[in-house]
Amino acid sequence: MYDFAYHKPTTVAEAVGLLADPEARPISGGQTLLPALKHRLDKPSALIDLSGIAELRGIRREGDQIVIGAMTRHQEIQNDPTVKAAIPALAWMAGHLGDTQVRNRGTIGGSLANNDPAADYPSAALALGATFVTDRRRIAADDYFQGMFTTALEPGELLTAVEFPIPEKAGYAKMRNPASRYVMTGVFVARGPAGVRVVVNGAGPGVFRQAEMEAALAVTWSPEAVANIRQSADGLNGDIHGSAEYRAHLVTVMAKRAIVDAG
Amino acid sequence: MPNVSLTVNGQRHSVEVEGRTLLVELLREKLRLTGTHVGCDTSQCGACVVHVDGESVKSCTMLAVQAEGSSVTTIEGLAAPDGTLHPMQEAFREYHALQCGFCTPGMVMSAIDLVKKHPDGMTEHEIREGLEGNLCRCTGYHNIVKAIAAAQEVIHGRRDALAPAEV
Repeated sequence: MYDFAYHKPTTVAEAVGLLADPEARPISGGQTLLPALKHRLDKPSALIDLSGIAELRGIRREGDQIVIGAMTRHQEIQNDPTVKAAIPALAWMAGHLGDTQVRNRGTIGGSLANNDPAADYPSAALALGATFVTDRRRIAADDYFQGMFTTALEPGELLTAVEFPIPEKAGYAKMRNPASRYVMTGVFVARGPAGVRVVVNGAGPGVFRQAEMEAALAVTWSPEAVANIRQSADGLNGDIHGSAEYRAHLVTVMAKRAIVDAG
Repeated sequence: MPNVSLTVNGQRHSVEVEGRTLLVELLREKLRLTGTHVGCDTSQCGACVVHVDGESVKSCTMLAVQAEGSSVTTIEGLAAPDGTLHPMQEAFREYHALQCGFCTPGMVMSAIDLVKKHPDGMTEHEIREGLEGNLCRCTGYHNIVKAIAAAQEVIHGRRDALAPAEV
């Protein structure tokens, strides 16, 4: 790891000021950033540690939505009674990513700002029609995800919270790589304020909606409704762990399981 | 260079580090607490697990400066001052839950956090799932799981003493 300066601001305004340096990077839980820095994939001039900013942390219900601060750790989401009651699929997701030690450090904001194609939260955010709140504006999930490791966040823009509308139903299923535990293919299904949505993560370069399955589910909400819908392998990820065709096949399998999970 | 003040195993320390110094490097190289191991250095194996403010973390994936003001417990801090082992250490000994011992400090630290998070006790399956952040390359996990199952009974006060291992 190359060395860097270290700052620990206590307010969002202070952090954003420090992030005006284009070579500075924010660090939340560090569970992705620190391994990347060890590989010298990046050489930041400074790390801006967000863990001292109290306003970035916490979970609350506001009317018909759950608002989760960007620095809230996976472990807190997994065990939060409000999330478990309102969006159990999101709590399950938080409790089944990484491992215990990663969940004790990693944060939802860090994961969503990084937008790893194999991350879990992007599918939930897009399927539920979440809104991303930053230091300067609000971004709809439909506009936020822009492909592999790319989001609508501008340089120096800080994600502060994510608002999840509470759905009528939501479910999530994924196939994990048995060694790395990263998602090979996951599907999040939801019926709620954003309509019926079927969102695939892990299989492609970024999360995407499966329109054919959404149309079928809007007519009949059952695993049988999607059982004969085949995802095209075009543009999906293929690697030593699984071909694009295998991941495409998994989309239907995981969609069916997610619908069962949603009930 | 940044200075980090923290408590390790009940003792206050103030140490000069680089921004990039990892918590495990602080523990092993500055404080000479070499019970915490580095296995993979890529946050997969769990040999470096310590407790930071009571939560298990991989100390190879946390900066020393991020532990500012924290209370850290390592494997060296578990036994009582008179040498009496922590129930989890005792269980690992009783159940022969180690062979080469390299993963053991991380296993023990993860196991204690796991037991703490499950006050109603865990099934064998739950223990195995709960250990997914720790790799062992020689015992095959069976005795580690048995040790944790036995230790949780003592830690949660359902038994006064460890059930002896079947031979």
